[in-house]
Amino acid sequence: MDFGLTEDQELLARSAREFLASEASTTTVRRIIEDTHAFSPELFRKMVAQGWTGLLVPEAYGGLGLGMLDAAVLLTELGRGVTPAPMLSSAVLATTLLCSAASSAQKKEWLPRLASGEVLATVAWLEEGDRLDPAGVALRPRRVRGGFRLAGAKLFVMDAAIAHVLLVAARTGPGSGEAGISLLLVPRDTPGITVTPLPTVDPTRRIYEVVFDDVTVPPERVVGGEGKAWKHLARLLDTACVAIAAESQGGAERALEMAVEYAKVREQFGRPIGSFQAVKHMAAECFSEIEPSRSLLWYAAWAQQGNPRDASRAAAMAKARLGDVYSRTTDTAVQMHGGIGFTWEHDIHFWFKRARCNEVAFGNPSWHRERVAALSGW
Amino acid sequence: MDLTYAKEDEEFRRELRAWLRKHLPKRGGDVDGGEDLSYGDPRRVQAAKTWQRTLYKAGYVAIGWPKEHGGQGASIVRQTILNEELILHRAPTLIGMMGIQMVGPTLIHHGTEEQKKRYLPKILPADEIWCQGYSEPGSGSDLASLKTCAEIDGDYFVINGQKVWTSAAQLADWMFCLVRTDPNAPKHKGISYVLIDMKTPGITVRPLVQMTGEPGFNEVFFNDVRVPRTNLVGNLNEGWLVANSTLHHERNMLASTTRTQQLMADLVELAQRRSRNGAKASRDPVLRQRLAELQIRVESMKYHSLKQLSDGIHGRSPGIGASINKLVTTELNHDICAAALDVLGSYGPLAKGSPHVEHRGTWPKDHMFTLGMIIGGGTSQIQKNIIAERGLGMPKGA
Repeated sequence: MDFGLTEDQELLARSAREFLASEASTTTVRRIIEDTHAFSPELFRKMVAQGWTGLLVPEAYGGLGLGMLDAAVLLTELGRGVTPAPMLSSAVLATTLLCSAASSAQKKEWLPRLASGEVLATVAWLEEGDRLDPAGVALRPRRVRGGFRLAGAKLFVMDAAIAHVLLVAARTGPGSGEAGISLLLVPRDTPGITVTPLPTVDPTRRIYEVVFDDVTVPPERVVGGEGKAWKHLARLLDTACVAIAAESQGGAERALEMAVEYAKVREQFGRPIGSFQAVKHMAAECFSEIEPSRSLLWYAAWAQQGNPRDASRAAAMAKARLGDVYSRTTDTAVQMHGGIGFTWEHDIHFWFKRARCNEVAFGNPSWHRERVAALSGW
Repeated sequence: MDLTYAKEDEEFRRELRAWLRKHLPKRGGDVDGGEDLSYGDPRRVQAAKTWQRTLYKAGYVAIGWPKEHGGQGASIVRQTILNEELILHRAPTLIGMMGIQMVGPTLIHHGTEEQKKRYLPKILPADEIWCQGYSEPGSGSDLASLKTCAEIDGDYFVINGQKVWTSAAQLADWMFCLVRTDPNAPKHKGISYVLIDMKTPGITVRPLVQMTGEPGFNEVFFNDVRVPRTNLVGNLNEGWLVANSTLHHERNMLASTTRTQQLMADLVELAQRRSRNGAKASRDPVLRQRLAELQIRVESMKYHSLKQLSDGIHGRSPGIGASINKLVTTELNHDICAAALDVLGSYGPLAKGSPHVEHRGTWPKDHMFTLGMIIGGGTSQIQKNIIAERGLGMPKGA
């Protein structure tokens, strides 16, 4: 019995924290978000050198072949730093989707290049209906000689403007159920694709609308078998829940630390505001939510490989919980800073904003609570 | 991450389960076999002692104590398994818990050889029942302000004052008690930890009726009570340190995540059985949200306690885990009971004896009882102070 991290995982956490403190401080983050796509090729190259892009890629394809708990440890650190980088979109989500769905020829073609950082990929799933169930995939390509032709739009696609490859969920069969959903691998520079930024409150993570105007997809770019992609998307949802929950865990920890540090030095009525019980209790309430939620997160991450029968329910629980906890913690953290917390000049708003986007990305807390109820058989 | 138990520990669990199935009193949680005897009824006390003795003879009491004191020096894994199984089988709570969890470990740590020899052997088979003399009318959360005083008179302390909220004082043989032995020292430094025979002349116990309508805790008055000085535990005026070394036991005792999981399972069962607007209550979308939210909080604590167990096994610092457990679990228990009352609708407030009552009225009673647990053993607000000051390093108030 050891509910905890291995030495290697502890080491990964420590080295990631040190790396991000020196290479991606909030000063650097502020500079990176000046970029149109909030992307720093320089920082990304350094992350590649750390091995992060290959973390989830099997060793046979040039990666480290690690598991979801390792990824969660890294994402917790990236969430701490509200680091703008295509780690979630490409190194975790697109990579795990390819690992799960791609043929060995496709893996051979793409995974080594994802691991080496030569290629960035992202998943294009949601549409106007904003549904993560099978019916949400309504984009229906036309079958033409030599493959499919795509016309329509995908929404909320992370890092689409810097991705080289889009993994597009599309409906190639009849009906609106699980059968008939396919995954199409589409290079972003294919003629007919337009990528438009969707401005959000969070400047540290960019999302886009991707419009397909008669884009041709050859049959060898179908991933996971025609009409058979739903099970891979369902698994991707679990991965995304754990990944975003991990980011939120790290973000909540850091936001509370900043607020507590501030409360120790800010004086009013002749004493640090952190000595007032009204302020202490706000911090203690956050802490008593953040500490147990880390254990839930670790369990959910571990369950993806260690307890597959409970993997979806565990991921939904972690996503619902951390969505709420991160948002509540950042509410409190901004408030503990008082007036300065409401300024652009102070950094705390970055965490507040990331919390809001993480809360809704891949399903908001109430949607996941309903899933928990359904998956529990209630 | 390794969530499996060692083979020998699984074997221990299997044997324990088999034993419990054979020896548990009828009607599970009630030592009185469902006779509904009141709390202080001597027959109930006797039955509770018999239950503890039966468990003790089978080797299932205080297994974490060192062997030389009647325990087995069992690992915390085994202790956890034992607690889990007792709760899951709804075994009656041990009547001697205060002795096993609080005064016993204190004596093992701070007691003299004579004290260990005199008191420890009688704790395990429930030959002597202990109560805790800490709170006073003027000293609740600010425990260190306590005023019950012990003046030295030759070989004796002469104790005067009053304790309150003293659970089980009406049936206890002994009290471990905090008394002021130096009124001039700073408040934490003038307190001593003494053991008081409850039959000593000058002690009056007056039961208080709890808001649930049941007796449980008491007022205890001391009028020139003479206690031998050999009953001092640890050094004179160092009682605060002695007491603090076992306070986290109390916080953990009040915060079993297994008990919370069981309460949650009971709530889910209730929601699936009862109806609301003509359908199963568990199909109601608003209630489903509430149930899922509670389930998620419960499982967070479940895995958090597994983490704390592992931290204990592997020698990692527990931090302020006990305060977080106490704060979160007691409030969670209360919220679960509130949700059950919501499920029950008009049936919710029905008490034991009503013809249409659910579960003999345990839900409304537990709803009250769990509120008491939020207050007892250091209120939620005190736990938040501890978490902020010791966990987050925030400055003490003026």
